[in-house]
Amino acid sequence: MHELSIAQSLVSLVQQQLPPGVTRVTAVDMRLGAMAGVVRGALEFCYGIATEGTPLQGSTLRVVELPVVIHCHTCDADRAPDGLAFRCPVCGTLSGDIRQGRELDLAAIEYDDPEAASA
Amino acid sequence: MTTTPRVLEIRQKVLSKNDELARSLRARFHGHGLFTLNFVSGPGTGKTRFLEETLRRLVARGLRPVALVGDLATDNDAQRLMRSGVPVKQITTAGRCHLEAEMIAGHLEGWDLDAVDILFIENVGNMICPTDFRLGAEKRIVIISSTEGDDVVNKHPMMFRGSTIGVINKVDLAPFVGANLDRMERDMRRYNPEMQIFRTNMKTGEGIEELLGAILA
Repeated sequence: MHELSIAQSLVSLVQQQLPPGVTRVTAVDMRLGAMAGVVRGALEFCYGIATEGTPLQGSTLRVVELPVVIHCHTCDADRAPDGLAFRCPVCGTLSGDIRQGRELDLAAIEYDDPEAASA
Repeated sequence: MTTTPRVLEIRQKVLSKNDELARSLRARFHGHGLFTLNFVSGPGTGKTRFLEETLRRLVARGLRPVALVGDLATDNDAQRLMRSGVPVKQITTAGRCHLEAEMIAGHLEGWDLDAVDILFIENVGNMICPTDFRLGAEKRIVIISSTEGDDVVNKHPMMFRGSTIGVINKVDLAPFVGANLDRMERDMRRYNPEMQIFRTNMKTGEGIEELLGAILA
């Protein structure tokens, strides 16, 4: 269950990035690679706990899941391997050159803008 | 009163704080001429036995190793390793299933790093959680054993992706549990074609010198 540590890191990262004066975050977008080693359901559950008592409380966590993409040097092309075996599905060459799938990134924050509201 | 939602685009790794700390740890280790290893494995693969054996051999070679050992709740491993005469500190994670860079930084105090050649970091016995958390180590070593079954690699591909060296321990027990060591090795290579793989029996010492050679290379 390292998802709680990850959710806590996410919450503190969002708080650091928030413009001054913002008190309510409505949604957080993140990108999650298939190889990030994170169970989405567990992360969503932990997000609820980690956001309690913060401006993120009650916000939605939106997760975009990204499949693994490797670069096959024989075909000189990016390929989506079957499962987590890093083998080119076309020519069968093994490749450790991973182009996508390790992401564990914060992508965007949606929040209520207090200045727009008072204007 | 209505509020206007605003969207702020960010591209940042969730674990960037840990990554940054790991990078600064690495620079610090380099500054002291210290070589650092992070080793990971499931429970009961022979991690602590490996450390005992390795520390003993390194001391015999005139090197000065130290070890940080992670455990959820006990200091059994540190007690065991202390007998080797090598400085050892226990990191008790209080239920957390992995080590983080911050915990390493917090446990280096009191050690004169200039008087140390090699730092061993024994991660918590867990095949999944430690993969995302960098600790500033030079190399990561993953240890599995025949008794976990020969499909253990396929169940935890991520552990093998980020490791430089792979060890299959308890090779003597393979026939008794019906584990196919060739299959294990093939699977490891499938997830990490560049990995150096060693077969060992920590009890008899089989394969340990070869492994040490690769670790110190």
